[in-house]
Amino acid sequence: MSTTVIEPASSSGSSPPVGDPGNAAAEARFAQATQLQLTWWRFRRHKLALVSLIIVVLFYLVAAFADFLAVSDPHATDARRSFIPPQGIHLFDEGGFNPHVYGLKGVRDPRTFKLAYTPDPARKLPVRLFARGYTYHLFGLFETDIHLLGLEGGGRSDGIFLLGTDQLGRDLYSRMMVATRISLLIGLAGVTVSLFLGVILGGISGLYGGWVDTLIQRLIEVLRSIPTIPLWMGLAAALPNTWSVTQVYLAITIIISLIGWTELARVVRGRFLALREEDFVVAAELAGASQMRIILRHMLPSFASHVIAAVSLALPAMIVSETSLSFLGLGLRPPAISWGILLQDAQNIQVLAGAPWLLSAAVPVTVVILAFNFLGDGLRDAADPYG
Amino acid sequence: MAEPSALSIRDLAVQFRNEQGVIRALDGVSFDLRAGQTLGIVGESGCGKSVTARSILRLIDRPGRITGGQILLDPAGPQAIDLTALDPDSRQMQQVRGGRIGLIFQEPMTALSVHYTVGNQIIEAIRQHRDLSKADAKAQAIALLGEVGIPHPQRRIDAYPFELSGGLRQRVGIAMALAGNPDIVIADEPTTALDVTTQAQILGLLQRLQREKGIALMLITHDMGVIAEMADEVAVMYLGRIVETAPVERLFAAPRHPYTRALLRAVPSILATPRQRLSTIGGAVPHPGLRPTGCSFHPRCTEMLGERCRREIPASVPLGVSGGASCFLPGASE
Amino acid sequence: MLVYLLRRIGLAVITCVFISILTFIIIRLPPGDFVDAYIASLAASGSTVSLEQADAMRRDYGLDQPLPMQYLRWVGRVLEGDFGVSMVWRRPVAEVIGDRLWLTMLVSLAALFLTWAIALPIGIYSAVRQYSIADYIFTTLGFIGLAVPNFLLALILMYVGFRYLGLNVGGLFSTEYVQASWSWGRAWDLAKHLPLPAAVLALAGTAQLIRIMRANLLDELRKPYVVTARAKGLSEARAILKYPVRAALNPFASSIAYLFPYLVSGSIIVSLVLGLPTVGPLLLQALVAQDMFLAGAIVLLLGIMTVIGTLISDLLLTWIDPRIRLGGR
Repeated sequence: MSTTVIEPASSSGSSPPVGDPGNAAAEARFAQATQLQLTWWRFRRHKLALVSLIIVVLFYLVAAFADFLAVSDPHATDARRSFIPPQGIHLFDEGGFNPHVYGLKGVRDPRTFKLAYTPDPARKLPVRLFARGYTYHLFGLFETDIHLLGLEGGGRSDGIFLLGTDQLGRDLYSRMMVATRISLLIGLAGVTVSLFLGVILGGISGLYGGWVDTLIQRLIEVLRSIPTIPLWMGLAAALPNTWSVTQVYLAITIIISLIGWTELARVVRGRFLALREEDFVVAAELAGASQMRIILRHMLPSFASHVIAAVSLALPAMIVSETSLSFLGLGLRPPAISWGILLQDAQNIQVLAGAPWLLSAAVPVTVVILAFNFLGDGLRDAADPYG
Repeated sequence: MAEPSALSIRDLAVQFRNEQGVIRALDGVSFDLRAGQTLGIVGESGCGKSVTARSILRLIDRPGRITGGQILLDPAGPQAIDLTALDPDSRQMQQVRGGRIGLIFQEPMTALSVHYTVGNQIIEAIRQHRDLSKADAKAQAIALLGEVGIPHPQRRIDAYPFELSGGLRQRVGIAMALAGNPDIVIADEPTTALDVTTQAQILGLLQRLQREKGIALMLITHDMGVIAEMADEVAVMYLGRIVETAPVERLFAAPRHPYTRALLRAVPSILATPRQRLSTIGGAVPHPGLRPTGCSFHPRCTEMLGERCRREIPASVPLGVSGGASCFLPGASE
Repeated sequence: MLVYLLRRIGLAVITCVFISILTFIIIRLPPGDFVDAYIASLAASGSTVSLEQADAMRRDYGLDQPLPMQYLRWVGRVLEGDFGVSMVWRRPVAEVIGDRLWLTMLVSLAALFLTWAIALPIGIYSAVRQYSIADYIFTTLGFIGLAVPNFLLALILMYVGFRYLGLNVGGLFSTEYVQASWSWGRAWDLAKHLPLPAAVLALAGTAQLIRIMRANLLDELRKPYVVTARAKGLSEARAILKYPVRAALNPFASSIAYLFPYLVSGSIIVSLVLGLPTVGPLLLQALVAQDMFLAGAIVLLLGIMTVIGTLISDLLLTWIDPRIRLGGR
């Protein structure tokens, strides 16, 4: 028995006499495609979603190669170079291609007599590709010190400051690369836990119905009617101070994944209920297929795309949750670096007015959330043109 | 038989344009609806019956568009109006809808809004076309509900549609179509969604109202039995075209188009021997976007004449009381 | 109808119990108990507590009993209006919270009404003029509204206001009214400060509601009863406003049920950025200082008020929909 029970006519346009004219060969191809293939074909028509997919993939590449892309140690502090504004890389010098940045020189403020470092156009430091920098572990496995960009020569305080530095003199660009990794991974981890909870509870709810369904549905209703942020703030704040960064990381992941599972469970249950009535499931039941086989072979393929769509809509919610909690100082704790922790520095309006580049972590947050939303919308439309 | 025509459709063409191309839903439809008579329009699903009905009221949704032809209201009178020339949103068109032409729907459940009472929806239709006070309109609505055979109309007027049975809902639908005193009523498969006994009652009601009020009724159906019962004249549609028109007796006695013959063979007969297989028409209606060349019925036709049917499009059905068929077979268009 | 009502109220009560258990867990979660923390905070200010005194306090708060008993005692006290004592402020929790709870609700409600006021007309327009330029613009703006977390938006507004307009856009009162008691002047001052935080809070919800309204209305516009309405001869505007919009309004109205908790949540974090005198900053301070009675009281009160708000909106919705009201489907 094949799992493809899609007739071409039912997946075409909305007004009665309209549809895809297409030829017979195309129709045959259509009729034999699996649900996932169909979803992918419909998805390709959403240009915005396709672009978003590329953006999301790029973000995850950044996450994978965060240390390689960073130019200086994201943890290295240097009080003398605090709040250096963003420095561009000058590509040309004296008519030739010679990428360089300016070195720093100490200047004493004439009024406060404080020594501060500012860029010195007289001292040009060449920028090299695949230069050596601080040591790190690629994918946590291979020890290396090769970075995409690096300086040739220069003193201890010199560096490439594409996005400027924070109060402690740490390079914001390098911190952002590393933050991307942590923020995206915590989203993925949170979604995995949510997905597990959602599929299990939603599946049980949809499959067995009756009082189990009622119980789980009430639980979801209760969870959805509680204002989450104060609750999770409370839970996060109750984590012991003595916990290590990794423990906190895991705990936060679990806390934020407790937000996401209700929606996933709702989607899974809805699909189970709808599919249970479908002719092909009834047919498989009548043919004597076991329940496990019906679920895995017949039902799962036809709602996998819905689940993928729901996941891509749940991911941004996870990322926002982590960012919000960390921003409040209740999520991840330094020395961990996430977008929320970077934005924490921008909380004070006085500081922000003097160093607006501290807000730059808002850009990846917004872009990645937007991309995930478009992607999820495209996927949802593709998975179910009527839902 | 030669009543004046209340509504004349001439070469009506409707296209739906979407990203995959242009679909000709109606491709040169012409017929006359005579005053006080019932015209049955029959054909398989997707042949353009409903599109015809909606085009007349200028209610086709985007991306559908009337691309040619005329819809003439009162063609014989001094003030003939071509509905295709009106702006669908114009006041004049709004007066035609409900005021001159009433529409009865297939699905009595979904055609009524569940959020308002039956009375609210009918009174609204009455006051749209007649200058009446609320109380007078309500009295009218109650009278109308009684007229369409709803028991206890004073009580039922405050009911919500979901509180009524399917048959009663369809009666409400009919009352609503009649609220503006139209002289033309289009009934789009009015009994398809109902069970058999209710069907007979609703058809009887339609027939009675049509006679009492002298309405020109355009009855759209795919049921030859309904046609035989109700119609004075019949138009058979296939793929957005009229393939045959005839007075009802003539159609059943001597069908001229092979498609009509096939349709009639597919009607279960009480005279058939037990266990005799019902005749079906081979193949399915092609997608309107994949219209066959030549006569569009030729791939399914059992009486095909050969190359000519594949290449040439037969002439349209002649207008006139005796009708004719759009076919190359000898004697088809006499 | 009655069954529905009872079911709905029952669910609200269960939710409240659930919230109270979670709150209790939060209060009890930090290592050591309240008395330990209290002693520590007293010690920090130089005074000491004897062991006997500590034990007496433990007995007084029932900390020597098993957890379920402790929970029941705590619920009992809360029901009497006794939320305990804030360690940081050394005052009863109810006194510390004061006006702030109402201001939180006020900001959330204002955001809710703003959300509706903006989303309804735009949603209708976007659906009726689907794929028009304005529809695309609203859709894009909506997506951006959805994507920018509201605390970020608040930060950006603060920055823009401070940097380019030279004003501090935060707060709910002008300086002369911050400490003042309630008067017409103070209320008017509040009304003037309310729109900005309400708008910041409303943005994401508005974006979401526009999408819901648009999708619902698009669905409804395809239904036969719309054709019926047009076939009656109603004008396009009347046909759409009376029938499909009315039908699309139902899911729209029921969106309060999840929008309201979401807005209350959001108000906490936006209040922090904009420095609003709501319970938000207080909650954060309490959590950071592990002042768990205060934090617990805030979480509990917010949760319960949200549940009540949701319940009221649900009952209103029931009243609007004749199908539920008349006990139909």
